[in-house]
Amino acid sequence: MTKSELIDRLAEQQSHLHHLDVELGVKTILEQMSTALAAGERIEVRGFGSFSLHYRAPRMGRNPKTGEPVALPGKHVPHFKPGKSLRERVDYNSDD
Amino acid sequence: MSLTKADIADRLFEEVGLNKREAKEFVDAYFEAIRTALEEGDNVKLSGFGNFQLRDKKQRPGRNPKTGEEIPISARRVVTFRPGQKLRSRVEAYVGSGD
Repeated sequence: MTKSELIDRLAEQQSHLHHLDVELGVKTILEQMSTALAAGERIEVRGFGSFSLHYRAPRMGRNPKTGEPVALPGKHVPHFKPGKSLRERVDYNSDD
Repeated sequence: MSLTKADIADRLFEEVGLNKREAKEFVDAYFEAIRTALEEGDNVKLSGFGNFQLRDKKQRPGRNPKTGEEIPISARRVVTFRPGQKLRSRVEAYVGSGD
């Protein structure tokens, strides 16, 4: 499912809203979530999961073309931990 | 301090002009639509943000950490999130305490 398919599905369900408002709604949510993470803020959605940042320590890397060593600075990367309900619903083994 | 569904609904009220009830319903429907797609075995690709991908894990040996008893971890399907390039570079620029 792509972003535009998500918008179409939501527009079908939320038939009282204009398609353009649904589009704006989805884009607003994604922008707000990205901005929160970029500011180092966690996101917690019960039953869906939580997003947080993980720190990657500085390390020596290598230019794959020349083989030359390059110093890579420490950085943060986004991390998602699925919530219980999402974990159970995607796993075909769980009974509920 | 963390972002919650209530914060997202507030933003939809302010920026999209949905009323409070519509905004709350929209946030619920949004996360539910993503869950439903994943439940149906469909990966979810939100360009600019990232992809939620399903991975099938084979059964592997595990151990009860308390008793040391060996118990197999059953085959299962799990969701992983791969942040997109745009989100990655926005987050990389965050200078917080390394933890």
